[in-house]
Amino acid sequence: MSYVLKKTGVLLISLVLISLLTFLAFQVIPGDPTTKILGTDYTPERAEALREQLGLKGNIFVRYFQWLRGLLHGEPGISYSYFMPVKDVMAGKMQVTAILSILSWLLVMLFSIPLGIILARFQGSHLERTGIVVNQVFMAVPPFFLGILFTYLFGLLLRWFTPGSYVSYADDPAKALAYMLFPALAISIPKAAKTAKLLRSSILSEMNKDYVRTAYSRGNSRWAVLRDHVLRNAMLPVITYLAMSLADTVAGSIIVEQVFALPGLGRLLLSSIGNRDFPVAQCIVVIIAFIVVFMNYLADIVTQYIDPRVRLS
Amino acid sequence: MKKRIISLVLAIALVFAMSACTGSKPQSDPQVTPGEAAEGGEITVGLYNDLDASLDPHMSSSSAATREILFNIFEGLVKPDSKGNLVPAIASSYTVNDTADVYTFKLREGVKFHDGREVTANDVVWSLSRAAGLLGGDTLVADVAHIASVESVDGDIVVTLSKPDTEFLAHATVAIIPEGHDPLSSVIGTGPYKFVSRVVQDNIVLEKNADYWGEPAHLDKVTLKIIEDPETLVMSLRSGALDMAVRLDASQIGTLDNMNILEGSSNIVQALYLNNAVKPFDDVRVRQALCYAIDKHMVIDLASDGHGTLLGSSMFPAFGKYFMPELTDYYEPSVEKAKELLAQAGYPNGFEFSIMVPASMQSHVDVAQVIVELLRPVGITAKIDQVEWATWYSDAYQGRKFEATVIGMDAHGVAASDLLARFVSTSPKNFINFNSPAYDAAYAAATSTTDDAEQTKYFKECETILTEEAANVYIQDGASFVAMAKDLGGFEFYPLYVLDLSKIYKTK
Repeated sequence: MSYVLKKTGVLLISLVLISLLTFLAFQVIPGDPTTKILGTDYTPERAEALREQLGLKGNIFVRYFQWLRGLLHGEPGISYSYFMPVKDVMAGKMQVTAILSILSWLLVMLFSIPLGIILARFQGSHLERTGIVVNQVFMAVPPFFLGILFTYLFGLLLRWFTPGSYVSYADDPAKALAYMLFPALAISIPKAAKTAKLLRSSILSEMNKDYVRTAYSRGNSRWAVLRDHVLRNAMLPVITYLAMSLADTVAGSIIVEQVFALPGLGRLLLSSIGNRDFPVAQCIVVIIAFIVVFMNYLADIVTQYIDPRVRLS
Repeated sequence: MKKRIISLVLAIALVFAMSACTGSKPQSDPQVTPGEAAEGGEITVGLYNDLDASLDPHMSSSSAATREILFNIFEGLVKPDSKGNLVPAIASSYTVNDTADVYTFKLREGVKFHDGREVTANDVVWSLSRAAGLLGGDTLVADVAHIASVESVDGDIVVTLSKPDTEFLAHATVAIIPEGHDPLSSVIGTGPYKFVSRVVQDNIVLEKNADYWGEPAHLDKVTLKIIEDPETLVMSLRSGALDMAVRLDASQIGTLDNMNILEGSSNIVQALYLNNAVKPFDDVRVRQALCYAIDKHMVIDLASDGHGTLLGSSMFPAFGKYFMPELTDYYEPSVEKAKELLAQAGYPNGFEFSIMVPASMQSHVDVAQVIVELLRPVGITAKIDQVEWATWYSDAYQGRKFEATVIGMDAHGVAASDLLARFVSTSPKNFINFNSPAYDAAYAAATSTTDDAEQTKYFKECETILTEEAANVYIQDGASFVAMAKDLGGFEFYPLYVLDLSKIYKTK
């Protein structure tokens, strides 16, 4: 229990620090939102009045606490570039990114777990050697590049989907999911390759342990040993890794959304930074940071739940 | 460094992958004349940028990209046509007095707002007053700040100016909106298209205005889809997800063999703008040396595949009689002359300076890169400082904290003053700090006369001064390409930053 408490404490402190750093970062970034909003109508007086109106004046820490309070109440402010509540600007975008990340994450698991087991099972064979080389290549390819490749290959040559034709999930869920399959593949393949590699080496290191020899000596087959004994132990680091990679898929979708013209949080984040729309940018950064920290926290908790040894160390 | 090499290798691999698959295909015949117009249908048009948050047509701070779409929704008393003429819109006719300070407009009958209400003289008076800041608020449209009063006299609209302005008509395009209406609450104009809906950063939907007073739009519905990434935009055109996109550059159209490609000009003055107030650009000889050193033929050959119209001053050909082609080659490219002038100015060994360019504007970055190379032989070391658009805007344009920058300037209206006003020494828009008493005098003379020939003469004098004083190193009016699905027709290029959707039709 004290373990969970300790981890929760660390989680809360991390979140506060993240929100503070995010807030400060957007205060020092060059470029003034008022010049962007006023455009050619800029005069120092108008800028001053606007700064007042936007709440850009006053003590930085007071403003931080005001912002934090709004965030906790689900009112993260008003967008500078759209003059509407940040949550309305983000509403539809969040869904796109969430679906894309979860889909990618499911694909990571779908590919990596069988692949890791097969690579370990057939250790030393040609299959394994070829598999490792291919795996290594996929690990090295960045998702945006796969995205461009897929758009070209599946979109323009094979015509399996029409690049740029995304319809919102609310309008047509089946069509939206079918479209998102391709960006999800682009995000998940490098991640799945890394996970498979981790699982393989984790299995192989378990295979050399005493309990495995004992299991063999009792007459179990290699598959049975793998399934009943090794996997449970070998999965521990992988679970932690998978939990963290959900956070990574969220981050990965930022770039890939651009390639596939998906109206998600990633595009909103990039454009809001470009437009100096700080309330929106801050809110997205905090959300992404929250997901990363929270998934790490969950990974810790789950690992110690499966493996009580963690609590002792 | 390592990262750079990796991304370079990837980029090269990608180029090979792409070219291996497509090969290079010859351009389809430009300016195709498509078949007959069919009524109805809907299309999806790709846009690079989301529209501004506010679709208030009187917000002059709105971006060119927003104005270009609002052109289809809102109209003024007059509106520009594709030839650059001003044609009556909500007004059916107008008269000007001899001193060019009172304009009288006759209201067209039967013009309806998108909500079905008929346009009255009160709406016009209110809209113009709002734009000019006569209702107590700020002046929203700087171009009409000199309106002293707007009245309705026997149903006609009488606009009195505080000073004579023969070019006022070019700014009588100020949108007419319903009296007392808050444009932020809903978008109501009189144009050929009605605003239907908008999803931030995703799409904007327009619908045909069936009650339009003039020739109605051909298409029933137009969806504007925002795709910020240029590569993705091209992919979407190739896949058929988009039917049309405008303002493409030469590098983007190469693979679009499923589309008709039209070539026009982007109506901007692209130049290496020099901050005339900082050393060494405060010396006219240095600025002239740069003009001699930078061979603009080379620039457009290398940076824009030879497409584009060369310019010699702050004026482009779409402005017709004001454009002076003879200024284009005023400075015959010559390394020797450049060196000589530099030596005279006290820089025999050249100097260093930096060119600030918004990183997102590839065509300007490309031009800057060629300029850097062209300046090397004369001993000048230029480096490119790529910045974000917001930084460029606040530092270079508003703060005037820059040495040189490559950018394009466009015009709000079809008046010569739209391009030339900024170089008056006291103009708040004079971001290059150009300061020439001769220019100020010529500009003042041009704007105070009511005689068209005389005015043209003075404006031309202004242009000549800009060239002679080498205010900037003028490069080109960039080429602008339009890609349209093969079953679409009716696109017209405007001398302004405008996308007229009402003329576009599906062919039978």
